[in-house]
Amino acid sequence: MTTVKESVPASRKALSDSVEPPSRRGRRRSWRMSLRRDWQLYSLAILPLLFFAIFRYLPMLGNVIAFRRYQPGGDIFGETWVGLRYFRLFWADSTFWHVFTNTLILGTLTLLFLFPMPIVLALLLNEVRNRLFKRFVQTVSYLPHFLSIVVVVGIIVQTVSMDGVVNQALKAIGQDPIPFIQQPGWFRTLYISSEMWQTVGWGTILYLAALTTIDDDLYEAARIDGASRWRQTWHVTLPGIRPTMMTLLILNIGTFLAVGFEKILLLYNPLTYPTADVISTYLYRVGVVSGSFSYAAAIGLFESVIGLILVLSANAISRRTVGAGLW
Amino acid sequence: MTVVAPRKSRRPRRPQSTRGYRVFQSVNTIVLIGVVVLTVFPLVNIVARSFSGEIFIRSGQVNLIPKGFNLTTYHRVMSDSMFWTNYRNTVIYTLVATAISMVLTTCYAYVLSKRHLRGRTALAGIALFTLFFNGGLIPNYVLVSGLGLRNSIWAIVLPNAINVFNLLVMKSFFESLPEELEEAAAVDGLNTYQILLRIVLPLSKAVIATMLLFYAVSFWNSWFSAFLYLDRSELFPVTVYLRNLIAGATGGSDVTTASETALQIAANIQAVTIVLTVLPIMLVYPFIQRYFVSGVMLGAVKG
Repeated sequence: MTTVKESVPASRKALSDSVEPPSRRGRRRSWRMSLRRDWQLYSLAILPLLFFAIFRYLPMLGNVIAFRRYQPGGDIFGETWVGLRYFRLFWADSTFWHVFTNTLILGTLTLLFLFPMPIVLALLLNEVRNRLFKRFVQTVSYLPHFLSIVVVVGIIVQTVSMDGVVNQALKAIGQDPIPFIQQPGWFRTLYISSEMWQTVGWGTILYLAALTTIDDDLYEAARIDGASRWRQTWHVTLPGIRPTMMTLLILNIGTFLAVGFEKILLLYNPLTYPTADVISTYLYRVGVVSGSFSYAAAIGLFESVIGLILVLSANAISRRTVGAGLW
Repeated sequence: MTVVAPRKSRRPRRPQSTRGYRVFQSVNTIVLIGVVVLTVFPLVNIVARSFSGEIFIRSGQVNLIPKGFNLTTYHRVMSDSMFWTNYRNTVIYTLVATAISMVLTTCYAYVLSKRHLRGRTALAGIALFTLFFNGGLIPNYVLVSGLGLRNSIWAIVLPNAINVFNLLVMKSFFESLPEELEEAAAVDGLNTYQILLRIVLPLSKAVIATMLLFYAVSFWNSWFSAFLYLDRSELFPVTVYLRNLIAGATGGSDVTTASETALQIAANIQAVTIVLTVLPIMLVYPFIQRYFVSGVMLGAVKG
């Protein structure tokens, strides 16, 4: 705990810019009072706020280079104003639309396959009577979550390599081995199934927590009404975990376009670009590798804005239909 | 904001023993065993490969048990001084980054947990908004390069210093502490810093342990910042070392037989490096797993 000591900032001045300025004059006095009373608390927020300002909000402003010509090593906000030039450029770029489609497909597959699986697994685990067995299944299925994405891709590459276990199985049933890593047709399968391997177990945690909060009386009542177990699951269990489902669904939709960038970057190669290349990997290559920063920033800004719109609308729809949202 | 507080699971619920239910129970058990096998199989396979002879791997004979058991590849990887340099880097980066993250996260979470604090909503909003909108790769890259952080540990540590999910976990925990304790301490003349250090933190050992683990594992596993901002191989963490091995194998624009052989030889080294990279995590995993789970539960904020 010695580390915490150094964090206490010595600065004594109450940070008036760290909090929202009072919107009305009448409030100003009470602001001054709370600053005098709580300045030590506010001072603890200085370093974290600096972090957010520099590494979270400054890059948001940095997106302005999407509208300006940027020179590597120059001003981080760009040199000259060029308006929507870069947006028009990528709008007319057929590769962009290609990776956009790939992103939509991978995003949809992710949502279809990876969102429901933890719910199913949690429901199955919830029915297990033997606690030791339940604990064991949980411990094992959480494990891949703790592996580095680099390790996971390493494992994928080994497992589906020409001499790997998948091709051994194919040979055993008399099929020809398949070079999975090099075939665009297999990329999505590899991506989704390995994502499943890594995330489904860990994804059950929140559902299992929600399941334990369902009142046993509800099951009792359902049983008295003559509901079968199946109907109990349908009418008691699922509604019980609906808030958790909605929250996670909204979060998933928010990251819809940001599909596993790091993983794809590690897993794809020029041969599999036709199916594997997504917006984020494309803008990485265009921006960081080829140095067209403004062009890539324009694509990135487009992606971020769509992501924000998606999460806001998912939240709005969720509030209207099931009355539960993130905020 | 309500925390999903799980009750200690009460077992004897819905005791029903129809025939259909017994069939379901058996099928369920089989399915779950299937899940376990599928999860473990690739991992065991990698370990088996790492101990196997080159010929057996290349001819596709290794699945669960090492064939032609030998430690040659382990010797080869471990005698590579770059491997150890990068391994040491991973340890250093993880320690420094975790320490800084813990300090910043604890401070901010403590501030956010004070319900009476003016501007608390705005302060929380500043953090929450970054969950839904971020600057994106390119502006971040331009910024970190512009700040001159390239080829330094700070490029890895600073841009990821606060994880908002961890922040929320800590905030919920601090909120659950009884206010009376801190009020009593304040009456005794302790200032905010003293209350945090002497009263709150000693009561928060559980959540601090959880957060330490969350951060440490994520920094241990991270590779992209290092890959993006570090140019010299003596600065790489071990994940980037491993990444370069794999990239040598997947970057298969030339699928000739010659490169196919090189790919196979690399396979053995990859397996060994994978095993050595995950070893520390695997060793502590059984003991720390429950902390992670409790951390996620704490952070399960809804509404």
